[in-house]
Amino acid sequence: MKDVNVLMVGVGGQGVILASDAMSEIGMNSGYDVKKTDSLGMAQRGGSVVSHVRWGKQVFSPMVKRGEADFLVGFEQLETARWAPYLKPGGVAIVADVVVIPLSIIGTKTPYPGWKEIEGILKQYTEQIYLIPAPRIAQEVGNPRAINMVIVGFLSAFLELKSEAWTENIRRRLPPKFLESSLKAFSRGVEEARAMRLAKGVEK
Amino acid sequence: MKQLLSGNEAMALGAYHAGIVVATAYPGTPSTEILENLARRDGIYVEWSTNEKVALEVAMGAAYGGVRALASMKHVGLNVAADPFFAASTTGIIGGLVVISCDDPGEHSSQGEQDNRHLAKFAKVPMLEPTNSQEAYDLMDWVFKISEEFDTPVLLRATTRISHCKTVVDVSRERKADLKQPAFIRSPSKYVMVPSNARPRRNVMEDRIVKLRSYVESFPMNEMILGDRKLGIVSSGVAYQHAREVFKNASFLKLVTTYPIPVNLVRRFAKEVERVIVIEELDPYLEEALHQLGIPATGKDFIPIIGELTPEIVEQGAVKAGLLPAPKLAHKSAASAPQLPARRPQLCAGCPHVGTEYVLRQLCFQNPSSPGPIKKGEVIVTSDIGCYTLGVYPPLSALDTCACMGASIGQAIGLQKAGVPNKVVAVLGDSTFMHSGITGLVDAVYNQGNITVIILDNGTTAMTGHQGHPGTGISAKGAKATAVKLEKLVEGLGVKNVNVVNAFDLKAIESTIKRCLETEGPSVIISRGPCPLNAKVTGKPFKVDADQCTSCYTCLDVGCPAISLSDDKAVIDAGVCLGTACGVCAQVCPQEAISEIKK
Repeated sequence: MKDVNVLMVGVGGQGVILASDAMSEIGMNSGYDVKKTDSLGMAQRGGSVVSHVRWGKQVFSPMVKRGEADFLVGFEQLETARWAPYLKPGGVAIVADVVVIPLSIIGTKTPYPGWKEIEGILKQYTEQIYLIPAPRIAQEVGNPRAINMVIVGFLSAFLELKSEAWTENIRRRLPPKFLESSLKAFSRGVEEARAMRLAKGVEK
Repeated sequence: MKQLLSGNEAMALGAYHAGIVVATAYPGTPSTEILENLARRDGIYVEWSTNEKVALEVAMGAAYGGVRALASMKHVGLNVAADPFFAASTTGIIGGLVVISCDDPGEHSSQGEQDNRHLAKFAKVPMLEPTNSQEAYDLMDWVFKISEEFDTPVLLRATTRISHCKTVVDVSRERKADLKQPAFIRSPSKYVMVPSNARPRRNVMEDRIVKLRSYVESFPMNEMILGDRKLGIVSSGVAYQHAREVFKNASFLKLVTTYPIPVNLVRRFAKEVERVIVIEELDPYLEEALHQLGIPATGKDFIPIIGELTPEIVEQGAVKAGLLPAPKLAHKSAASAPQLPARRPQLCAGCPHVGTEYVLRQLCFQNPSSPGPIKKGEVIVTSDIGCYTLGVYPPLSALDTCACMGASIGQAIGLQKAGVPNKVVAVLGDSTFMHSGITGLVDAVYNQGNITVIILDNGTTAMTGHQGHPGTGISAKGAKATAVKLEKLVEGLGVKNVNVVNAFDLKAIESTIKRCLETEGPSVIISRGPCPLNAKVTGKPFKVDADQCTSCYTCLDVGCPAISLSDDKAVIDAGVCLGTACGVCAQVCPQEAISEIKK
């Protein structure tokens, strides 16, 4: 089993912690040593959130080293760019097509960087960049809040573990009301990943 | 059974399995989840105490009563509880008393950074530090045994990356079945610290430390790992994990008992290796202890004394000290971090603090964003610790101070008594007022402080995740409790000028503040409105009439996350806006362009 270092980043309230909790537990149940840590400061008040998730044979530090993340999973575009230096060369950047404009720049001359600029920043670190239409997919499955499940599904397609390991864990975490749509969001994420990787010619 | 637990969850479970009977805390990041987890358990008395001092005194009393008791708090909370902490060290305890201090290196969510390891040594209290959740769980059993065997409180010190990091825990125990029956044994010479009793206790304390020094020599969780003998690393806490990550082959001495330290074990380790370094977060606490032993260890000359450590900070330090070769740059083209707009935490849509802080900015500041000498007619706003402290950031920019819990009131009195010609308003939350604002207000009454105190009463301890406090009428276990009524309390303290205003009524807030500023003596304004996250507030959302909007941006000064611009006109995100439950933006719009969405 290969070691996996993941940084999940976003804004308070997007479900980053739920996603990284699920990923961590799935790793443990699959036989990995796992450590995960969140920097969330006062994130419930709309600040940046970053979760470090590490799977390995024996994990010491809970924190992913800069330049060593296999995956940078961004729930929001600007936050993904902010954490880009954590990607290892050739690591995978997964970016949800979500923009949350920081209050501090509304009505000021500082613009929110457009996707081209964000992509440009990410390209300094990797060529493997996937911008996924997670909000659209979540809308389509009838649960606009399931963006995080689309993202987790997308990420799962890159990892060795079977889909069931993920869905089983998600089942235990979500209230029945949102379960079906969330699982649908997850599998749409998996499909999206396969389709995009095929298109890029990286799918086996 | 294997579980993935945060350090806080592991400490709570470990304490439960160790048979604790009483657990107390005042919420504070990163310690809050310890008590929250314990509150879900049966068979334990759990309380959110009024403040950390009370929390530790309640736990101390329980331990005097012969049962195992725990008080948990953040690093600065132990400052508040320092008095009973030292006192418990003097008297000793019977039942087993453990204090958990969760330090916050890097100040993720704190007003200051401090290394509470010094407090263990200062109070002559044994201290242990886990390096992951497994040890946090296992240690809870040990710390109570130590507490009872040596008749002493024990400090368990964690940090943010221990408390809030999830690691795999083999949960090997169950709750102790043979709990001691609570009983108080009368012993004035032990418990009544008049000087004639306290003096002999000093000898007991010193004897105890001597015994503990020998005890920790064989403590099983201190661990020597001999690898390459050229370099020996002494470390503890999460710094140990970073060090293991960075130095793949070195020899290690992991210390879990960090006061007192196992002197002979350290000496043995130093003899096994050619060079000793110490990798520790914050102060050179272990390094100085090694120097006292005559071991020429280094550490703080290449590991920062400020802030949280990360693996790359440890690596950079090691490279600087010539201990490791410079790593190959992962990315040649992008050496510097991208320059991007910051994302600060902010007050929520529908937050009841916003209206009052908006009015304060209008009334008290001429130019909120320019620091410098204050002008005639401006008002000083001393503030405190809570969500409302975020009002220091633009666009609200409505606060002048924030130091420590409850300080706003004392600072206001001091500024006024110093003769500063400007009026002073103190702003603090309901939970903070209960925690340590009451005594400040009593001081204002007694000493005729000419100040106005605004209590932002959102009915909860919001910043740490909505815990109960004496004013809420809800216990730590979620049961109904007696609510302490703020206005009655304030009146009872002797304040004559007490006002209650609706936190969303800007005109009422403004006129009340103006009136209070004009009257002599202390006045109190309770600005009341529920925290929307806690009370699950719903309201019909508002919209902006684009034709009426003149792009004056006044509504942006409220700093509401529901309001942004589209084509230079204000727009409101109806999915976020609490509209009729708030209405602050509609009150500030000079064009009256904001109103409820009518369907």
